[in-house]
Amino acid sequence: MNLHTLRGWLRDPWFRTGVGDMLGTSLGIAAWGLVTGVAMVKTGLSAPLAIFMSLVVYAGSAQLAVLPLMAAGAPLWVIWLTAACVNLRFVIFSSMWRSYFAYLPRKQRLALGYFSGDVIFVGFMKRFPKLESQPEQLPYFWGAASSNWLAWQVPSIIGILLANVIPLSWGLGFAGVLALLGILLSMLSDRATWLSTLVAATAAIATFALPLKLNILVAIAAAVAAGLLAEAAERSLRRARAHTPGGGA
Amino acid sequence: MSWDWLYPAAAILGLAVLTVLTRAFFMIPERDLPMPDWLRRGLKYAPLAALAAVIAPELLMSQGALIQTLADARIPAVACAAGYYFWRRGILGTIVVGMAVYLPLHIGLGW
Repeated sequence: MNLHTLRGWLRDPWFRTGVGDMLGTSLGIAAWGLVTGVAMVKTGLSAPLAIFMSLVVYAGSAQLAVLPLMAAGAPLWVIWLTAACVNLRFVIFSSMWRSYFAYLPRKQRLALGYFSGDVIFVGFMKRFPKLESQPEQLPYFWGAASSNWLAWQVPSIIGILLANVIPLSWGLGFAGVLALLGILLSMLSDRATWLSTLVAATAAIATFALPLKLNILVAIAAAVAAGLLAEAAERSLRRARAHTPGGGA
Repeated sequence: MSWDWLYPAAAILGLAVLTVLTRAFFMIPERDLPMPDWLRRGLKYAPLAALAAVIAPELLMSQGALIQTLADARIPAVACAAGYYFWRRGILGTIVVGMAVYLPLHIGLGW
């Protein structure tokens, strides 16, 4: 990408919409990045390695999950298996990314995948709920992805450099949880989404003791089942009402 | 010359590859993989569920067990943050309100 096309991107209204949609959550992302940066150094990584990790791995939840393993000198395959399990939700998301971006060359698809974190995925799905390609999706994606990248990397590196000044006991990372909470609340639209969210939350807590954060996958499976059941129940209710004389609503 | 950096560097490079592989997974093949229609419909609940599954333990558990006390800064903070969200529908405000309740209780009172 040369400077000219970059300037074109920055002027694209959809690029700006993407940036704007991320602004609200970026405070939470920033707090989370900061805390992750501090945690990397506190578990014994040197500052250059921690910066390297932040810049190339770019996956906060996986980083936090493997840090204690790395500190303990666990075998590489254990570290990678853990990260793969924590990242499994992205595999599910990627099936939806495909419906938007299958037309792009593979190199670009890989780049899109690399930069597509949770928050971007959620923002994108809210903006484009229909699973089909539209030309404005690409600038929107890169607007959201670049602001999210900055909102994560800058505080993460600040956290690495100032690790000994920022106390983890303050609980600044809670801002990240609140950001996710705000996103979650904004996605609750009907009875089926409420139900599947409650089912997911309950399942995640009930199976919290599972290793490798597999409770997240159990929660996703339970919520998908609950959502489909709720849809089916509502459909048959409507059909039953339509068949009852006098009850047409 | 020390080789201490080799182990973390190898781990980190592998993790970077995993980030790409998992996030791009279904975008890697050139041709569509067949997927049953119910699964396609059901997957729209996946992002919600993943978020709920990450947040719920962070809000309601400590040291692997459900919290047993209301003297936990997270409870009033989340109540106020959610209240703000349903009132004003802004995510930034939700974070600010939640932290404004959380930080004094957590740092000041040790909740």
